[in-house]
Amino acid sequence: MKAPISWLKDFVDINKDVKEYAKAMTLSGSKVEGIEDLGASIEKVVVGKIVSMRPHPNADKLQIADVDIGTETLQVVTGAPNVKTGDYIPLALPGAKLPGGEIKAAKLRGVESFGMMCSIDELNLTRDYLPDAPEYGVYVFKDNPGVGRDIKEVLGLEPVVEFEITSNRPDCLSILGLARESAVTLNSPFRNPVIKVKEEGTGKASDYISVSIENPELCARYAARVVTDVKIEPSPLWMQRRLAAAGMRPINNIVDITNYVMLELGQPMHAFDLKCIKGNHIIVRTARKDEKIVTLDGQLRELDPSMLVIADEERAVAVAGIMGGENSEVTPDTTTLLLESANFYGASVRLTSKKLGIRSEASSRFEKGLDIENAITAINRAAQLIEELGAGKVVPGIVDCNPVRPEQVKIKLNPGNINRLLGTEIDSGWMLELFEKLEFGVDRETMVLTVPSFRPDIKREADLAEEVARFFDYNNIAPTLLPGKATTLGRKTFSQKMEDFIIDQMLSSGLYETYTFSFTSPKVFDMLNLPKDDKLRNAVVITNPLGEDFSIMRTTTIPQMLQVINMNYNRKVDEGRFFEISYVYLPREGEMLPDEKKMLTIGMYGNTDFYDIKGIVEQLILRMNIQNAEFIAEKNNPVFHPGKTARVVIGDETAGYVGEIHPDVADNFDCPYDTYIAVLEIKKLVDNADMVREYKPLPRYPAVSRDIAILINDNIPVRDIEKALKRKGGEYLEEIKLFDVYKGEQVPEGKKSVAYTLVFRSPDRTLVDDEVNRAVGDMINELKMEFGAVLR
Amino acid sequence: MKEQLKSIAEETLSMLDKVTDIKSLEEIRVMFLGKKGKLTAILKGMGALSAEERPVIGQMANDVRKRLEEAIQDAKTKLVKKERAEKISREVIDVTMPGTFIPRGKKHPLTLVLDEIKEIFLGMGYEIAEGPEVELDYYNFEALNTPKNHPARDVQDTFYINENVLLRTQTSPVQVRVMEKKKPPIKIICPGRVYRSDQVDATHSPIFHQVEGLVVDKGITMGDLIGTLQVFAKSLFGEDTKIRLRPHYFPFTEPSAEVDVSCWECGGKGCRICKNEGWIEILGAGMVHPYVLEVCDIDPTVYSGFAFGLGVERAAMAKFNINDMRLFFENDMRFLKQF
Repeated sequence: MKAPISWLKDFVDINKDVKEYAKAMTLSGSKVEGIEDLGASIEKVVVGKIVSMRPHPNADKLQIADVDIGTETLQVVTGAPNVKTGDYIPLALPGAKLPGGEIKAAKLRGVESFGMMCSIDELNLTRDYLPDAPEYGVYVFKDNPGVGRDIKEVLGLEPVVEFEITSNRPDCLSILGLARESAVTLNSPFRNPVIKVKEEGTGKASDYISVSIENPELCARYAARVVTDVKIEPSPLWMQRRLAAAGMRPINNIVDITNYVMLELGQPMHAFDLKCIKGNHIIVRTARKDEKIVTLDGQLRELDPSMLVIADEERAVAVAGIMGGENSEVTPDTTTLLLESANFYGASVRLTSKKLGIRSEASSRFEKGLDIENAITAINRAAQLIEELGAGKVVPGIVDCNPVRPEQVKIKLNPGNINRLLGTEIDSGWMLELFEKLEFGVDRETMVLTVPSFRPDIKREADLAEEVARFFDYNNIAPTLLPGKATTLGRKTFSQKMEDFIIDQMLSSGLYETYTFSFTSPKVFDMLNLPKDDKLRNAVVITNPLGEDFSIMRTTTIPQMLQVINMNYNRKVDEGRFFEISYVYLPREGEMLPDEKKMLTIGMYGNTDFYDIKGIVEQLILRMNIQNAEFIAEKNNPVFHPGKTARVVIGDETAGYVGEIHPDVADNFDCPYDTYIAVLEIKKLVDNADMVREYKPLPRYPAVSRDIAILINDNIPVRDIEKALKRKGGEYLEEIKLFDVYKGEQVPEGKKSVAYTLVFRSPDRTLVDDEVNRAVGDMINELKMEFGAVLR
Repeated sequence: MKEQLKSIAEETLSMLDKVTDIKSLEEIRVMFLGKKGKLTAILKGMGALSAEERPVIGQMANDVRKRLEEAIQDAKTKLVKKERAEKISREVIDVTMPGTFIPRGKKHPLTLVLDEIKEIFLGMGYEIAEGPEVELDYYNFEALNTPKNHPARDVQDTFYINENVLLRTQTSPVQVRVMEKKKPPIKIICPGRVYRSDQVDATHSPIFHQVEGLVVDKGITMGDLIGTLQVFAKSLFGEDTKIRLRPHYFPFTEPSAEVDVSCWECGGKGCRICKNEGWIEILGAGMVHPYVLEVCDIDPTVYSGFAFGLGVERAAMAKFNINDMRLFFENDMRFLKQF
């Protein structure tokens, strides 16, 4: 909401510097977003009268003028083609400041010039603000504005304060509302406007128009006035300037008056050409099925029965509270007007404006819920302006159809409760006085406050507390720190701690943490090679996404990790080591909300291999002391390389995968072929973690170790060999260490040589060679029996 | 024999003077003191001496042996020292060459800030709560005093899944979920991801992070809220940080406030970062609206509470002087390595 200072000053004295004023308003709750001072960079520019003109001796396109500025007459050289003797023009004096710079006395082609005549561009003004300005050349005043007067005063160049108005305060979407707030904030008297209408038209309004409301739940009041002998012409400059300064484009006197009243009082209004209202009957009703209307912006709108319209006896003539129809528009030929000032139900206006995709100054006010009493004030104010501007004759009377009267809200003021909520000791007298200033009805006996009709936001005690607090100034409330209250133990839960632990483990493994978007494109499923019936394709779909690329909630974190790798790879970062802890969102049959699963995702590329990423996962599992985890060769996951991927199994459940990305997938995401990914479900890790540590006595007897090397079929995984070794190792087998796997010279085709160090130890004695040799013999024998392995 | 002993001693000492390495020293020791050494040989001849001479010569031989052993030991010590010195001088390396790194990764800047925030509030006795990101309209809006078609919904452009399900636009729904399950005293923060339908640019992202705070108990005041936020702002942005509250509107708090911190760059004088305001808005806060307490079956005439919500990205941009929000979600290694 843009408020020109002079307009505010119609209703309240503002004796502060505009910046100080803005600060005070911000702290009392009307946040100032900016101050636009139209005259800020203009100084020493006055009205001058050209008393004579003559050609410049040395330049064809320049002229020399003598300009009277009241105190003296100055010689000014000008290049403007549109000025003549007798014109009143803005003259920048020597030393004047303009948005473009400073003006100095200077010689122009040998002739001294003491100033510059200004165009609106040089004053940094627009034709919205000064519609009578010529396209090129110096601005010329129509009448004599007073020779020597400061241009800022003459043109009303003043600061315009822009307020951010929250949706609970529709009353502040008006100059009057802001003036009211200003008055209480500045402790300055507020002047309610006095509105008088002469009503010089003939007959009475009800002779011209009748109003019926079919849906009182959507329209609590519809007030109408009639104006005859209408003369459509431009509105006066002062009105045009105020509208322009407040951000609205001047159109003609009638439209400008309705807009002016809306800005001043916050009540949107509409003017119809009465001759277009069939049957001279306004019917407020919901739209018929398949009803259509062309709105003032020239668009054909399809209506539905949830939408409220203003209709005559034949058709809709306006979408209620949103926009008028072309069929009843005020035109230069209009002679009789119907003025509308109504109260529509906010939620319905909001819904209709959303459905139609129209947001107008009117709808943005109505949708917040307006003051039902203000409708009458506004229609009278408009009538008064029409009379003052000579725009027509106002017919006596208002047709006021008001089926619903709002209940007055009364709240008992309990200063003790308010002080207890705020943590203050504010005097009750101060509170009562405040509410009087805020125009509440105050009964000092019973302490009952009657909320004014323009404050729909005040409903209960907490709302009173906010009024007290904001004018007391929030920053005057003494800070305290919950003394003796809400004693609680601040600590993380086990899974929160485990998550920290996992992050720390990832960092120690050299990985960098990433954050990626949780929505993605449905295209990623094809890019991941997923079969058509894969259950990961079943995703939560956003109905109003920012675009296809952000249209579903991810069911897998792999695409984002691949995108991170792709981005780094394309930027010539030669290696990447990443991890992320984030959710996937899996729809659940028969449930409103999906299952949100927290995943650990690891991604690596460049100078790395499968065993690097597996080592990271293995170490994590080891450190979390997860006992029953296994890595099993996985050939069927379409995302991964079928020969270089392991499924991570904990107990009977799959906890995730680790492996090289499938080369097709690498191509689809434009990632290098040596891209490795691991995904693990955090909950399965955490549930199986055992962080209880217990001391075991250090070994007192030496270990005995034996190295063995065997030849075995190449396709036997070491995991199976180790299982067999463990099975036959006996009670003293402490550790099996794989130290070499060799294929090549001296090893037959299809075989491999695998070498282990086997470590044996007893807790209570030194083992003898014989028993160790026997155990090793049993182990080798087992390998021979099961896999046909031979000792090398 | 005396003469012999004397000459052996002299011979040995003169050889020791010239010895330059431990190996030759050992040869000298063997030559004189070894089993077949010269001194031993002399001592073997003792049997031929008279009973009077024997103790005298014996004493003398022992003295010589002792002297020689000491001399050999001295020589050895000197030689060891010398050899160590030589070895050390051969082992000089260029210590200005780079050290070996054990590679360690780094936390994302958003995690760093989140950790700091969590630590501050854990220290004040808060617990950490979580809630779903795909959320019911009821928790995100309706229970928070924002019914359907409420104009306050416009401020938060919402992604919808269907009429009743949406991507949460704030972490505030966790307030309601917690209060439904737990009765006062409640002191929680809820960090998490939130969604709003904003196009991606330097200062907007459709996905960002918030930390919600909620305290509910008997006698909680707005003064407590202000005190808590003051401690928080000082801990996060430095001891000199001031806060300023401005009245604002949130449907689920009353009174409501927007909270500014004094500009960390200029300290409040006004600069480019704070757009000459001296203050930077970082969070929204207020006293829990009685409607919200009622919805959660907590009696607002007995209990009161405060709530606040902070944007993590904004705090991280402030803390690390990051000027483009997109960097957080791009994950360029060269960015991630800086924190």
